[in-house]
Amino acid sequence: MTEIIVVTSGKGGVGKTTTSASLSCGLARKGKKVAVIDFDIGLRNLDLIMGCERRVVYDFVNVIQGDCTLKQALIKDKRLETLHVLAASQTRDKDALTAEGVRRVLDELAAEGFDYIICDSPAGIEKGAHLAMYYADRAVVVVNPEVSSVRDSDRILGLLASKTERAEKGNGGVKEHLLLTRYSPRRVAAGEMLSVADVKEILGLDVIGVIPESTDVLTASNAGTPVILNEGSDVSEAYTDAVERLLGTELPLRFVDEPKKGFFARMFGG
Amino acid sequence: MGLMALFRRTPPSASVAKERLRIIVAQERSGRGGPDYLPLLRRELLEVIRKYVKVEPDAVKVHVEREEGHDVLELSVSLPGKAGS
Repeated sequence: MTEIIVVTSGKGGVGKTTTSASLSCGLARKGKKVAVIDFDIGLRNLDLIMGCERRVVYDFVNVIQGDCTLKQALIKDKRLETLHVLAASQTRDKDALTAEGVRRVLDELAAEGFDYIICDSPAGIEKGAHLAMYYADRAVVVVNPEVSSVRDSDRILGLLASKTERAEKGNGGVKEHLLLTRYSPRRVAAGEMLSVADVKEILGLDVIGVIPESTDVLTASNAGTPVILNEGSDVSEAYTDAVERLLGTELPLRFVDEPKKGFFARMFGG
Repeated sequence: MGLMALFRRTPPSASVAKERLRIIVAQERSGRGGPDYLPLLRRELLEVIRKYVKVEPDAVKVHVEREEGHDVLELSVSLPGKAGS
């Protein structure tokens, strides 16, 4: 069975692509056959985050329009054998993506035996975002603990519940999960930032992961290495936990509490 | 800002954010969830009813309730009271 997971958020810049890259790497590391697709037509970026930007020959729209085969367009990851990337097209033609075209590509990936298809949604609620979520079985809604991101996420939840194939056909709807990024336990403790519990309560969803705010995310994107592969870092561990939860393992949330300060730190204000 | 700022009690900004979000999210949720055809359905129903009874424009209310496994379309039409009664 192929499972289609959309990574979406409404608001831009909250970490959809970072999350798509890390979740797909994490799933591939567990031996799953994974394809990650960039739906941000005109603003391709997943290739950079995955570090395969110089290997893009054909893209998603080329496959849809029949300029090449799916096999030709899929970029095999150099680190993980079972991971494949399908880049977005840089065309400015908004109608290049069609529902039938997307369906065909997803069906072909399913026939090829892919276990997971991760759809990296563009920001907004336009066509690209709509098509990225339309065929999804599950959704990972990426949210920053910040008012505009939370509100936009709720808007996206409304669309997931009405404008998806599962919603329209009444197949039990899309299973939704929250993933918080840029979380700062210190600021939460100081009452300056919405907590996991706050966001969970407002949106009414289960939390599949909490990714702490960290400089490692920028460092990883600079290098073109999905941050989950930066082993040993908090962000990597947090994404690894999220992958385990996606696969059904129950794990307590980590990196949500402020680390206890030692004696010296307390005395001298660390 | 100065020393006095230390003594001034302002609520933590996160709880302000939470309260604002709770209100706006509830408000926006109540306005959606219904199928797209609801406004048109309401307008056409009103036209049909008006062929027979003279009702106010807001006399027809269309509402969708989501229940376990199915949706319920609720229509309510308030008819004008009999004159003099």
